[in-house]
Amino acid sequence: MTYVIIGAGPAGVTAADTLRKADPKADIVMIGSEPEPPYSRMAIPYVLTGLIAEEGTYLRKEEGHYDKNAIQYRQGEAESIDPKNKVVKLKGTDDQPYSKLLIATGASPVKPPIDGLDLKGVHHCWTLEDCRNIMKFADKGADVVLMGAGFIGCIIMEALAERGVNLTVVEALDRMVPRMMNEAAGNMVKAWCEKQNVNVHTSTKVTKLEASKDPEDTLVVDLDNGKQIPAHLVVVATGVKSNIDFVDGAGLKTDQGILVDECMRTSVDDIYAAGDCAQGPDFSTGGWAVHAVQPTAVDHGRIAGLNMAGKSAPFKGSLNMNVLDTVGLISASFGKWDGIEGGDHAEVIDTENFKYMRLEFDGDKIIGALSLGRTDQIGVLRGLIQTEIALGPWKERLMENPHLIADAYVACSQQ
Amino acid sequence: MQKSLSIDPDKCTGCLQCELACSYDNENAFNPAKSRIKIFTFHDKGRFVPYTCTQCYEAWCMHACPVDAITLDKGTGAKIVHDNLCVGCKVCTIACPFGTINYNADTGKVIKCDLCEGEPECAKACPTDAITYVDANWTGLEKMRAWAEKTDAGQASA
Repeated sequence: MTYVIIGAGPAGVTAADTLRKADPKADIVMIGSEPEPPYSRMAIPYVLTGLIAEEGTYLRKEEGHYDKNAIQYRQGEAESIDPKNKVVKLKGTDDQPYSKLLIATGASPVKPPIDGLDLKGVHHCWTLEDCRNIMKFADKGADVVLMGAGFIGCIIMEALAERGVNLTVVEALDRMVPRMMNEAAGNMVKAWCEKQNVNVHTSTKVTKLEASKDPEDTLVVDLDNGKQIPAHLVVVATGVKSNIDFVDGAGLKTDQGILVDECMRTSVDDIYAAGDCAQGPDFSTGGWAVHAVQPTAVDHGRIAGLNMAGKSAPFKGSLNMNVLDTVGLISASFGKWDGIEGGDHAEVIDTENFKYMRLEFDGDKIIGALSLGRTDQIGVLRGLIQTEIALGPWKERLMENPHLIADAYVACSQQ
Repeated sequence: MQKSLSIDPDKCTGCLQCELACSYDNENAFNPAKSRIKIFTFHDKGRFVPYTCTQCYEAWCMHACPVDAITLDKGTGAKIVHDNLCVGCKVCTIACPFGTINYNADTGKVIKCDLCEGEPECAKACPTDAITYVDANWTGLEKMRAWAEKTDAGQASA
């Protein structure tokens, strides 16, 4: 038995470890396309702030982890899959045969169709190499423009702000973090960021980038409101897209990502998919979605690993969730934070103190939540949603004071 | 035999000695807000419920950590946060469905119960034996574990 995993991010590494536990004797080969040992993209902002060195991003810290667990780590980029002969074709090196294959190739940042994005001084913040490039430009006082105030954009924003750059954020939609926040919360984040001296333009598009000679080697960023912003560095964080182009021709069903069933199996025998490249089961909707977040990638990796090793482990679906620190204001979103038609909601807004809590209900169950300015026991929101607790009398109490989430969870689960 | 914290809410009087002992031992401050064990008070029922990490087997916090900063202490079974590795990303705080791993803004790291290396201060401080440290098979934490499985995404059948 040879398990082959394409991709060495959180989904791939979790699957490899899960496979090793479940099947001590099988061969496991993990293929990564970057020169560094498997690392976490999520940790890159903390390299930018200087909190950790590059080694701090590595997914496994134990010395010789992969060797010790007989996980063969191969460098290479998958070019195509031949399911008939059960091999993965790799660019410029030998094919890799497999008995069972996991595709965990992640996602890549997208570039919007804007002139000038290939100029010097324009970078994504996705790989460790990007991180090194950004550090060359993002010195204290440097003018930096961040395109995109989504989840990833905001994580990078925090790191750039901490480096002391003069930061401007440009977001095309009407609020910050539009995919994890409603208007009230998104605007609170914006007000907070502005208070921390970050310039935020929402409902604004970058129309083009031009090279500037004043000073030498800088850029001018044109906005659709007529403004021009000088920049030493432009960081592009305008969304990501699943890395699935290379599976064309292998017969796998795809949509936004590779379509999988509740066991992370693709439509082709002995091929599984996990992480940002997989459109997996979504707990909240009962449908299928690419979440592109760390907890989902790890869920996928474990479920795929167990099923590949022959353990029956069907999956009720991942709960989409995020936690974000925007220059010190901490927010979290869970599940159907935007609610359902006919469902009740409870909301408290404390604009002055930047605190916000909103719960969404379906009958007497919580199905989604949004919170700002609170970290204590925030995880119970996951518990409340995913165990589908019938709240009984606690629903009324939460409607009056949504901050009683932990009390409600303890009362309902520890009766 | 590994030991676990055993919690019997019926014996709890809400005196908060456990919270004080925990915060003092771990954070050098008598400050219940920094305690890793929390007493929930339900006035309507006159009930107090001590609540902390169950050290669950397939710990969500540990799996969700992107930088391997939470590991298993094989001696005690506790899941331990390594401050030198934790980057403060807070993913564990949303992944844990019990809300028992929390961000400490003062240090920029997360904190959770580590069973005090096998000598939990909360159990020592509890005057009524509502919190005891006993053989793992006998603890009321099984109740929490049962709930944990309901949260789970697939390993229950594995």
